[in-house]
Amino acid sequence: MSTAPPAVHVSGLHKSYGKLEVLKGVDFSVAAGSIFALLGSNGAGKTTVVRILSTLLKPDSGTAGVAGFDVLAQPERVRASISLTGQFAAVDAILTGRENLVMVARLRQVKNPGQVADDLLRRFGLTDAAGRRVATYSGGMRRRLDIAMSLIGDPPVIFLDEPTTGLDPEGRIEVWKEIQGLADSGTTVLLTTQYLEEAEKLADRIAILHQGTIIVSGTLADLRKLLPAAKAELVERQPTLEEIFLAVVKKEPS
Amino acid sequence: MSTHVISNTGVMLGRSIRHVTRSMDTVITVTIMPIAFMLLFRYVFGGAIQAGTANYTNYLMPGIALIAIASGISYTGFRLFNDMQSGIFERFHSMPIARSSVLWGHVLTSVVSNAISVVVIFAVGLLMGFRTSAGVLAWLAVAAILTLFTLSLTWVAMIAGLAASSTDGATAFSYPLVFLPFLSSAFVPTATMPGPVRAFAENQPVTSIVNAIRALFEQQPVGSDIWIALGWCVGILVVAYAFAMRVYRRKIA
Ligand SMILES: Nc1ncnc2c1ncn2[C@@H]1O[C@H](COP(=O)(O)OP(=O)(O)O)[C@@H](O)[C@H]1O
Ligand SMILES: [Mg+2]
Repeated sequence: MSTAPPAVHVSGLHKSYGKLEVLKGVDFSVAAGSIFALLGSNGAGKTTVVRILSTLLKPDSGTAGVAGFDVLAQPERVRASISLTGQFAAVDAILTGRENLVMVARLRQVKNPGQVADDLLRRFGLTDAAGRRVATYSGGMRRRLDIAMSLIGDPPVIFLDEPTTGLDPEGRIEVWKEIQGLADSGTTVLLTTQYLEEAEKLADRIAILHQGTIIVSGTLADLRKLLPAAKAELVERQPTLEEIFLAVVKKEPS
Repeated sequence: MSTHVISNTGVMLGRSIRHVTRSMDTVITVTIMPIAFMLLFRYVFGGAIQAGTANYTNYLMPGIALIAIASGISYTGFRLFNDMQSGIFERFHSMPIARSSVLWGHVLTSVVSNAISVVVIFAVGLLMGFRTSAGVLAWLAVAAILTLFTLSLTWVAMIAGLAASSTDGATAFSYPLVFLPFLSSAFVPTATMPGPVRAFAENQPVTSIVNAIRALFEQQPVGSDIWIALGWCVGILVVAYAFAMRVYRRKIA
C-alpha cells in the first residue's frame, strides 16, 4: 500500500439514538482512489455512518476524518471534499432534470453551469428527459440524476448510500459502470450496500458492519480465507461473499 | 463567505420561486379565500355593519390583506416540510454552501409570493371601490408593515415546516392565524363587541396593524397604533426566529 493518507478514516465511532446503540466502536479506513463497500443488513447502521461522514450527524464519540479533515472540527472543509448520494434520491421533483443539475452547479459555483448540466445529462442518458419535470421520471432515472448531481464539482470523495436499492437489473448495471468509472478517474468511493454481489463486483475492500462494529474487513480474497478451509475444498467453485457473510455473522454471539 | 451567502441564497430563492410559479393553483387558493371574504363583507354583511365610514371597502382592505398573508404562509411551511421529507434539505446541508441560505431561500420566497397575492387583492379591492389619496410615503409605510408582518409569520411557518411530522402539521398552524382578523377591528369596530371579546380584540396584534394601515390610507395620524403594531411584529419575529433556530439546530448537527 502507498503512504498516501487515507481518504476516509474512522476510529472508535459510537452513536446511539436514545437508548438504541447503533454504532459501538466502528473503525475502518478507505484508501484514496479506491472503492470501499460498507456491507450490512437493513438497520445495521450504514446510513448512520454515512451521515456522520457527511457532517449531517454528530457522533457521540470517536473520530471521523475525510480527505484529512475532521468532521467535527472542520465540517466546511469536509463538505468541500465530498458529495453525498443519500439512500433516497434527493432531487427536486418540481424542477426539470436540467434545472436540478444547473442548480447544484451554481451552488457549487462551477464555471458554465449549463454546459456542465448538458454533459452530465448526456453521460447519464437523460438528454431526452432533460426538460421534463423530475416528478415524471422513473425510479431509475431519478437515481441516475441523483448520482449525476453528486458528480458536479468533481469532489475527491463520494458517498453512495445504497445506490442501487430499488433499481431493476439493467439500472443496477448502469450505476455499477458509473461507479467503476469514478474510481478509474481517481475518485474515492464509499458505498453502502445490502447486496453481497454488489460489494463483490465493485469494491477493492469490503467491511461488514454487524451489531454495531466492523466484524470483518479486507479484500475479497482476505474475506474468502475466513471460510473454513475444509468447506472451501468441498465446494469446487470459489465461495461467494454470501457464504462468507453468513459464516462470519453466525460466529458472532447475538 | 459573504458572497457565498448572497449567491447561494439567490439560487435557493430562484428554485423556490419556481415552486410557486409552477403551482399557480396555490397562488389562486391563497387569494380566492380573502377575495371571497371581501365580497361577502362588502356585498352581504356590509350594508348592516355600522363601521362609521362612508367607504366600507376601504375599511375592509387591511384585514383582508392580513388574512391573505396568514393563509399564504401555510404554503411556506408546506414547501419547507417537503424539502425536509424529500432529502434535498440534507443534500444541501452536505454541500459546501452557506447553510443559512437553505432557510433564507424559503423566507424570501414567502415574502415575494405573499407580496404578489397582496397586490392581487388590492387590485380586486380597487375594482370593488377601494380608494385612497395616500402618498408614496404612506404606501411605503403600508408595504413595510405588511412585509414585516409576513416576515414574522413566515418564521412561525418555518418552525412548523421544520418540526412537523406530517403535511397537515406543517400547514394547520395557520388556520387560527387566518381567524385572528375576525376577532379584531378588521371588519367591525371593537366598541360593538361584548367585554371579554372586546378586550381580546383590542389587545391582539391584528387590531393595531389594521388601525395603523387604515390611518395611513385615510391620511390620519397613526398615533400609537403603529408603534404597537411594529412592537407585535418585531416581537413575534424575534421569538419565532429564535425558536425556529433551536428546532433547526436540533434537526441538523
Ligand atoms: N433518527 C433516528 N432516530 C431513531 N432511530 C434511528 C434514527 N435513524 C436511524 N435509526 C435506527 O438506527 C438503526 C440504524 O439505522 P441506519 O443507520 O439507517 O441503518 P442502515 O442504513 O444500515 O439500514 C435502525 O435501527 C434505525 O431504525
Ligand atoms: Mg440505510
